[in-house]
Amino acid sequence: MIQLLYDLVFNYTLRNVALGSALLGIVSGVLGCFAVLRRQGLLGDALAHAALPGICIAFLLTGSKSPIVLLIGAGIASWLGTLLILRIVNDTRISEDSALGVVLSVFFGFGIMLLTFIAKRNDANQAGLDKFLFGQAAALVASDVALMALLGGVALLIVVLLYKEFKLLTFDPGFALSLGYNTRQLSVLLTSLIVVAVVIGLQTVGVVLMAAMLIGPAVAARQWTNRFSTMIILAGVFGALSGLSGALLSVTQTRIPTGPMVILSMTAITFISIIFAPNRGIFWDWLRRKRHGKNYLQKAMNEWDTQRAAKEGRL
Amino acid sequence: MSSGVVIILTGVLVASACAVLGCFLVLRKMAMLTDAISHAILPGIVAAYFFAHGPNILAGFLGAAIAGLITVVLIETLQNTRRVGNESAIGIIFPAMFALGTFLVSKFFANVHLDTDAILYGNIEFSSLDVLFINGVNLGPQSLWIMGALCIINFSFVIIFYKELKLATFDPGLAATLGFSPVLIHYALMSIVSVTTVGAFTAVGAILVVALMIVPAATAYLLTDRLPRMIMLSVLVGSLSAFLGYWLAMLLDASIAGAMVSVAGVLFGLALLFSPSHGLVARWLRVEEQRNRFASEMLVVHLLNHEGSPEFASENNIHHLRQELRWSDEFTKRVLRRAHNEGLIQQRQDILELTETGRQRAQLVIAR
Amino acid sequence: MSEQAVVRINDLTVAYGEKPVLWDVDLELPEGKLIAIIGPNGAGKSTLIKATLDLIPRAAGSVEIFGRPYSEQRHLVGYVPQRGSVDWDFPTNALDVVMMGTYGQIGWFKRPGKREREWASHCLEQVGMADYANRQISQLSGGQQQRVFLARALAQNAKLYFMDEPFVGVDAMTERAIVDLLRNLRAQGKTVVVVHHDLDSAPEYFDWLVLLNVRLIAAGSFAETFTPENLTRTYGGRMQLLNQASVATEVTR
Repeated sequence: MIQLLYDLVFNYTLRNVALGSALLGIVSGVLGCFAVLRRQGLLGDALAHAALPGICIAFLLTGSKSPIVLLIGAGIASWLGTLLILRIVNDTRISEDSALGVVLSVFFGFGIMLLTFIAKRNDANQAGLDKFLFGQAAALVASDVALMALLGGVALLIVVLLYKEFKLLTFDPGFALSLGYNTRQLSVLLTSLIVVAVVIGLQTVGVVLMAAMLIGPAVAARQWTNRFSTMIILAGVFGALSGLSGALLSVTQTRIPTGPMVILSMTAITFISIIFAPNRGIFWDWLRRKRHGKNYLQKAMNEWDTQRAAKEGRL
Repeated sequence: MSSGVVIILTGVLVASACAVLGCFLVLRKMAMLTDAISHAILPGIVAAYFFAHGPNILAGFLGAAIAGLITVVLIETLQNTRRVGNESAIGIIFPAMFALGTFLVSKFFANVHLDTDAILYGNIEFSSLDVLFINGVNLGPQSLWIMGALCIINFSFVIIFYKELKLATFDPGLAATLGFSPVLIHYALMSIVSVTTVGAFTAVGAILVVALMIVPAATAYLLTDRLPRMIMLSVLVGSLSAFLGYWLAMLLDASIAGAMVSVAGVLFGLALLFSPSHGLVARWLRVEEQRNRFASEMLVVHLLNHEGSPEFASENNIHHLRQELRWSDEFTKRVLRRAHNEGLIQQRQDILELTETGRQRAQLVIAR
Repeated sequence: MSEQAVVRINDLTVAYGEKPVLWDVDLELPEGKLIAIIGPNGAGKSTLIKATLDLIPRAAGSVEIFGRPYSEQRHLVGYVPQRGSVDWDFPTNALDVVMMGTYGQIGWFKRPGKREREWASHCLEQVGMADYANRQISQLSGGQQQRVFLARALAQNAKLYFMDEPFVGVDAMTERAIVDLLRNLRAQGKTVVVVHHDLDSAPEYFDWLVLLNVRLIAAGSFAETFTPENLTRTYGGRMQLLNQASVATEVTR
């Protein structure tokens, strides 16, 4: 244990992995709260998949593998994916669910095609692009973490500044509009911040698992509190916690990739919260029902008796 | 058979097996659930690998079907707690299952041929090399046998249970009262989706299976309103994608599965833009035509409303109309020309009056 | 009409896709009255409010509030949306929702502070919900949720209120509370426009009536407008059924 803490501070790889995962956890936890409450949880999944061709095209255009270039490409592609989803949902008969599925799979398939195209053209050079598929937290270097911190920091700062506006937008967009807020622009901004969270996550947990990074902490946090601000902070904490524990679990064991361990830690937190959180935990519901089930039935039957008697009396 | 023919045939079989189910998935709004299943069957395959001590097709199918059903049940259980939104429930369960699968693979089978890359993009490229031997007899490429069988199973499923599927899709309540269990149909569909996914897995990989299920069906949905035609069209679009995708992949020397999905995406894009009934261009034209027709109707209704009233002269003045209806000069001119050409109005200096036809039209519009 | 028209709607037309929902509505609403908008389902009642408040695009026409476009007069207008328009499982309490009414006047970036909190409590008190300030909103009854929405509109401190179906699905106590609140507002010289669909209670609760069925049928005081002829024109053939039904309930009582 002491050794682990020591490593966390002084071991370069472990420090980067742990810091990177924790950072991702915080950013996606916070932004996930808005996504989940706006019922857009799976948008993150589609955005993550849609990023892949952006990474490939950025590489094809610039020949650079520097993370900032690739992440900008990823961001733009995710963005286009979102616009396309909105257009399909608003202007055709296709449901939101199918629109997500179409954009997600087509963008991703296109990305795979580009990835293999690049791989066969310049053999040695492409190594590393495919780490975005599953994420490779172990390959994070200090500059990657710094970039994540910068992007995530800006996103979180905007959330802090526009907290009141985003909260109103999430709870009651119609009322926000009547107050004079430009809800369309606000909503585009909020989605862009979610794109930032997704982009940060690609290197760490990869495309497939990103959805859980947004949804898990928010769902878990909602269980423990009825205050929005507390929920956001808790989601950040849960995200960081699962990032950290996932990183530690994967590094202390051989051959275990970080991404899946982060997600498994998070799933554990989410399930514990859904089942055992005070008040909203379903276990307490179940216990109450079990204990009072019979009494409830008795009460209901008594009420029914009186109602029936009253009716018959009136007739 | 040359490898090219085998690959195209495999692709067409995969696409057809997927597309025929895809129609019901799109109509039942279960695209993302399918996506979830395609990822979540990974631990099932790993478990099958473990229990069968190596790769075994039947065990793989069984494991995948079980994992698929477990996923569906878990998602529904989570949704029923009402603590979690429907889409969030999906987004919690399938990454967890996929992470579990990856964890198991890297923990116990790190050296075995079960790499996660292949799970995502498959290797249809090698389909002609994987040959099925029974009692030492070479029966040809295994992929053709598997996908052929799945095609037969899926088509028979849809044909035999067509009535039930259709009813359970459009009116689950009615289906239940008629004695078909929508729940049973739901789970049957989910199992067959899981089995198809695992069968197509080796050929095109997880996400591309989803693409071949959803994209051709969504394309067909943009082109027709009739279910049988939609099924046929989606099979056609899927097969065309497989066929053209192969040539595209050869041209670029890139992933065949990726190219197939890209072609499917292009076909979807074409339908999205140019479908005569539900495409964007047709929609824009219709909206524009509606706007014009609507404007002239608005004009006659406005004239009728103020006919004979004391403020008639001021309300029905051209300049006033521009102001009141907030139309641009150009638009106003166009509307007036249209109304005039249709014989709805006549103009006396700056004052507009309804003709008899115009009055009738206005009354019709109001009654509508 | 004259200077005291609070809302002036000119030739307002709204369409959803192909279907016109409002046709060429001309309307002026007087100040200091309780005004009911009444009409059958699909008559465009909510649409009229939403188009007035720029929440949905207009196909044609213009709206003036106290003589100027709505975008310049927002601070004078309070809005109560339909209760079903939000997710009541949102993690927040009653007081917090009421404070949202002050957001428009706080300005960007700033947070509501102690004054806003106290003001919100005061507004909750006016709808008889002071004891529920810290209650999670999903744990409130339908009527209580409605009153929280009303309190939020009060927190906007407007001169003109638009309320979309506030009486739908509420208990008798809440109905009473809303009526008291409306009269209170009228006593303060404010104007309230309410989408309503109960003909029986309308004459008792309101002073002024707008009868709407895609087109404007009639608008004015109850004495002028609440006539069988106007009602038949508003509800069409359905009015006859309606009459028979009310006769039937009379008999059973």
